[in-house]
Formats: sequence, structure tokens, C-alpha cells
Amino acid sequence: MTEHKPDIDELSGVETTGHTWDGIQELNNPLPRWWLYVFYGTIVWAVIYMIFMPAIPALPGTGMTNTPGIRSHSDRALVAEEVGKLNAERAAASSQLLDASLEEIETDMNLQQFALAMGESAFGDNCATCHGAGGRGAKGYPMLADDIWIWDGTLAGIETTLRHGIRHLEDPATRNSAMPAFGRDGLLTAKEIDDLVQYVVKVSGGTADMSAANRAAPVFAQQCVSCHGADAKGNRSLGAPNLTDSEWLFGGEPRDIQQTIYNARNAHMPAWQGRLDDATIKALAVYVHSLGGGEK
Amino acid sequence: MTKVTLISSKGTGAPKPERPDSLYKKRNQIYPKLAHGKYRMVKWLVMAATLGVYYVVPWIRWTRGDGIPDQAVLADFEGEKFYFFFLEIWPQEIYFLGGLLILAALALFLVTSLFGRVWCGYTCPQTVWTDLYIWVERAFEGDRAARMRLDQAPMSFNKVWRKGGKHAVWLLIAFVTGGAFILYWHDAPTIARTFFTGEAPLTAYFFAGVLTFTTYMLAGTMREQVCTYLCPWPRIQGALTDEHALNVTYRFDRGEPRSPHRKDESWEGRGDCIDCKQCVQVCPMGIDIRDGAQLECIHCALCIDACDDIMRKIGRPTGLIAYDTDKAVSLRASGEKAQYKLIRTRTVLYTVLIALIGTLMLWGYTSKSTYEFSVLKDRSPPFIRLSDGRVRNGYTLKLVNKSTTTQAVNVSVEGLGDAEFEIIGVGTAPSGGSIILTSEAYGVDRYRMLVTVPAGDEADRDHLIVEIVDTDTGEKVAASAPFTRGEH
Repeated sequence: MTEHKPDIDELSGVETTGHTWDGIQELNNPLPRWWLYVFYGTIVWAVIYMIFMPAIPALPGTGMTNTPGIRSHSDRALVAEEVGKLNAERAAASSQLLDASLEEIETDMNLQQFALAMGESAFGDNCATCHGAGGRGAKGYPMLADDIWIWDGTLAGIETTLRHGIRHLEDPATRNSAMPAFGRDGLLTAKEIDDLVQYVVKVSGGTADMSAANRAAPVFAQQCVSCHGADAKGNRSLGAPNLTDSEWLFGGEPRDIQQTIYNARNAHMPAWQGRLDDATIKALAVYVHSLGGGEK
Repeated sequence: MTKVTLISSKGTGAPKPERPDSLYKKRNQIYPKLAHGKYRMVKWLVMAATLGVYYVVPWIRWTRGDGIPDQAVLADFEGEKFYFFFLEIWPQEIYFLGGLLILAALALFLVTSLFGRVWCGYTCPQTVWTDLYIWVERAFEGDRAARMRLDQAPMSFNKVWRKGGKHAVWLLIAFVTGGAFILYWHDAPTIARTFFTGEAPLTAYFFAGVLTFTTYMLAGTMREQVCTYLCPWPRIQGALTDEHALNVTYRFDRGEPRSPHRKDESWEGRGDCIDCKQCVQVCPMGIDIRDGAQLECIHCALCIDACDDIMRKIGRPTGLIAYDTDKAVSLRASGEKAQYKLIRTRTVLYTVLIALIGTLMLWGYTSKSTYEFSVLKDRSPPFIRLSDGRVRNGYTLKLVNKSTTTQAVNVSVEGLGDAEFEIIGVGTAPSGGSIILTSEAYGVDRYRMLVTVPAGDEADRDHLIVEIVDTDTGEKVAASAPFTRGEH
């Protein structure tokens, strides 16, 4: 057995590791003591943590996913508890919302402030994905802040739409109507549809090819008036939009209109009854009604 | 390629070379001796006064009205108000707090340029609590010489109980300090009770703990190192003081040359300083004032007391160390008459600034309105085009009523020409009309407002002004907000 001879660096008097790179040696300085203590501390902490908190994955067949630790900590349970607390705090105001009619909620300033705050946050969580912040709308998703309503813009009407959705066929009370896909189903020829597009452009006040529009007048009378009306002003009870205004849910360019007639659109909105509680639905109705175009 | 050997690896157990000086200065324990005299007395009184204020103020009651806290000084985070006797600051007026801090800073500058570091020497919490801790230390371990002996002595029952007792009392003071701090943030009688029943909020325990720890550390063990190494104030001093500021000064013109003095010796041809080092022994910062103005010196004036004591004993006039200016000392040293100058550019400037800002704040406070009113435009959608071509913008009105009565206010919209408006749930007003709102006492109301301009109204007016008028008092507040028409 040979005696270990430490290689001592001359200048600093510190032992080296024996590693040399391009003549530069690595000194074998000990770790700072404070660092070591912190390191040992973290080891002790890890052991304590494993005893108190969920830490070790459990073996299969034990019925657990992991060891619960003696504190039985669960983030999921904590969230549920927090939500429960929030609901308890809101209980008084929520029950007032349930008892009051939508009109009463809107005219009682305290209830209104509560409903608008609640409605705004619920709208952001559930509705703004499609309808946009503040109900500004997008192509295919109606703007909720103006006074153009396809179905109903009164407080009660908005509530009905919220509860039962649009073309949400699992709900028998849903708002439902179906425009035929005139092109796809072969009800009209491509030529007839092109003429019809010019007719719709004309009634909405755009510059149209008048001869094409005139050719389409009998087709419109035959195929479209039953829902959109002879004056093309639509029919709310059928969810048939007014074609004479300048607002287009799916775009007002001839190409867009052609697509609408050829394939039909029949947009869909889910029913929220059962997903959101009654107080939230009422708050949402008041919120949407206040956005800018609510009807009396 | 040249191979460069930076460090020879052929170490052969040669003696370890001297290390360069350590970057850390070793701390020498300071054992301040008890001084007697007028400045020591002033410091005791200031300590009693400042501690008295700190512990008593949160208990003072001040009636304000139903449902409003009756604590004279309270930072009420839950109610979002700051109360200071007759002052009541709402979050919207937080600039008053900024103004108070600016005034406090300027007052500190003024006092410093006139009288030097009196803040450090007498009223700084670090000085006051350190003084208190040294007083406790002295009670347990005796004065300077006894304390030094005790620290040198081997472990014994006597040493253990004296040291233990001192630390116990220190911790108690620290806890009372931290405990009193939280009284300023909660209703004092309530928190004083709930703190011990375990019902106080977690933050109260946290901050009481933090303050207990810092008091114990800063006043017990760190002491003068806080002033020398942690505090920025001594460094700012350099910019605030000049040769006309009164400082605790060793009058070298009178003291030098110094040397020990025997009773029968003549005072001819020598200075008054007998090099007894009493000024050094009483110094809580562990410095020698005879070295001149120093960063470490907190100007507590205890060396003045110590020196005056000696001067009286040896029959020389007192005031070898005294409040004096650099200018006066150097004038006397060159045989001229000392001059003092209180009115200088900087003192005048500070005074004028204090008066100016004080007046501004007073004017702001006395003329502040009962209402705080803002109009916030909807960001989305930026504007709404109605089916008949009219353009509508949505707004949120926020009305803060700081009075304790519910008031009716009249709302009108101007600046847009022919604009009608609606307040959701309250009513509609035609162009030029108005709507009456109720403003709940001592609270914040939010209203939703829709403003509509006629189709084709392409005026370039792009702002509206919403004015509210109190129907009783006629008090008026207005706020403006943008109006967007969109491009067409």
C-alpha cells in the first residue's frame, strides 16, 4: 500500500484534484461550509416533507396513487373548499338573484352591480371564447352589443337562449330552425344561386347586377319568403335573419352569400342550463342585455 | 503553440504564503460606558417620548361616524382607507401620503443642514431601541468595565443568568415592539385580544414575527453595524451638510496638542485635551470624535457629556467637544472670530420648498371634493353601430361618495352635440337631458351608461364630458372620456 501524496499547489497552498488543462490546474477547495449546511438542511427537509406531504407513488393494487402523508394534503380538496367558501359568501346575493325577476335585478342598483360583476366574469369564462370580450362578436358568432337580434333581445328572450341554446338538439326547448342547403342538396342550380346572390345584395342595399336580381325574384318568392319574408326582413320566431340591413353574421360579400345559400350555415350554441347554475344564468342575461342593444 | 504554465504544480510543502488581506472587517465588540450630563438626559427624555408615542398612539380613539373605524391612526387595508386623526385618505388620494413623505424628507434635509444628524442621534428607531437594549444590558451585566470582564470570564452560573436574563428581556421588548406595530393596521383592542386567542389574521402573526426578529437582531446584536453598513442615510449626509452645519465637533483649536496632564503642571503651551479617552469609551459607535467628522458618527453628543465631566474635574472650561461648525473651528484655529450662518442658500431653499408643498397639500386637502368620479369607456367593442346607423359607445361610471349621507346627483353628457344617453336600470335622457342618480353614503357606486349619436353625425368631436351636480349642495364634478365613431 502506497502512501497517498496530496499534490499541493504552491501559490495558494491548496490541494489540487490532479486535473490539468493547458497547464491550468484545478484546486480542490472544500465546499463553503454554509453551502454544505444548506445542502444537509434540504436533505432533512426532504425527509420531513415526505412524511407530511403526498410524495411517493404507491404500488399498483393498493388503491392509492401515492402516499397521502400524515397531513393528507390535497390541492384539489383545497380548491373545492375555496370554491365552497366563495359560494357561501355569495349565497345571500345569489339567493336574491334567484328570487328577483330579471327586470327587478336590472333596476335595483345593488342587485344590478352584483349581477353585472358576476355576469362579466361568467361571460369571460364561458361566452367570450366565441362571442368575444364585451360581446363584440366575430364571423359566425353574433355581436351581442348591438340592437340586431336574430332570435330575441329582451331580458326573457336572452335568458331562454342561454338556458336552451340554439339548435342544441339534446334540449327539446332549444331554439331551432334549419335553412336548406340549396346547392348541396340540389334544390337549386348553380346559376339560380348566383342570381339569388345578386337579389340578396340588392335588397341589402348593395350594388347588384340588376338583370340577375330580377331573374331571381320568382325563385326568392318561391324558396325564401316562407322564412325571410316577402320584404326580406326576416322572422324572429324562426331565427331567420333580416337580409335588408348591412349586418352579416357570415359575411356580406357575394362569395359569402353564395356559400350561405349553397351549403346553409345553421350555427349552433350549446344550452347552458345544467352547466351553469340559475343565478349565473340570470346574471349573464342581465349582463348581455346591458351590453348595448338590449330590447325592452 | 506555447504552453503557458500559470501555476507550477511541483508544490513541495513550502510554507503557505501570506494571504491577501481579507475583504471582511472584523467587528470589535463595543462596550459603551454610561455618560452623565445634559445630552444624556435629553436622550432619555426623547426615548421616553418616542417610545410613548409608538405604544400609545394606536389606542387613541377618534369618533368618525357609524360603521367607520374609531381608531385615530389606522392603516385600514380591508376598508382601503388611511386614517390619521382628522385626515382620512382614500385609495384615490394616495398622493397625499406621497406628499407627506416628501414633506418629511424635506424637513429632515432642513434639520440636517442646520443642526447635523440630530435625527440619527436622538430619534432614529435604531438609536432609540439600541439605547434601550444597552440600558437593559447595563442593568444585567453592569457598566463598561464589568461587561468587558464578564465577556472575558469563563462560563459560570453568574455569567449564564446575566446573559440569559438580558436576552430574555431583549426578546420581550422585541416582541412588544413587533406586537405594537400590527396595532397600526387593525383595530387595536380587537387585534390585541384575537392575537392571543389565535383568531388574528396570518399576516398579523407574520409581521409581529418579522418585527420581533428584526428588533432583536438590529438593536441587540448588530447595533452600530446597521448605521455604518446598512443605512443609506450616513452616505446622503455628505450631500446635505456643509461647513456651516452644527455638528458634534472636537475643537482641535483648543484641544491640541494633547497629552496627559499632572495636577501641578502648567496649561501653558499645550491643549486642553488630556487624552483620557472618556469620549471614546462612551461612544456607542466605537469611534474617536477627535479624528474629525466621520461616516460612523451618529452625533448622539454623549462624548460632549463625557468630556464636559472631565473638564469640570480638571478645572478647565467645558465645551472642548461641543455642537460647533467646521467653519467656526477653522476660523478660531487661524486666530479669527468664529462666525455662524443659519440663513444659507440651502436652508432657505428647503424652507421655501416645505412651505410651498405644505400650502399645496393644504389647499388640495381643504378643496377636495365630496365625490370622486370617473368615466371608463368599454374597450371591447370600441363602438356599436345600430341597425338604423346610429353609433353607440358603452361606459362605466364610477362614483365615489366620501360623505356620510346618501345624495342625489344630476348626470348630464356634454361635448358631443346631439347625443342621447341611457343609464342601465335607471332611465334614458334625450339630447341635452339629464338623469338623477342616487349616490350611496360612504361608498363606491358603479353605473353602466350608453351614449348614442345620430346617424350621419360625422362631427369630429371625439370626447364627451360627463358632469354630475349634487342636487343639494350644487357641488360639481366632471370627467371626460373618448367617444369612438368607427370608420365608415
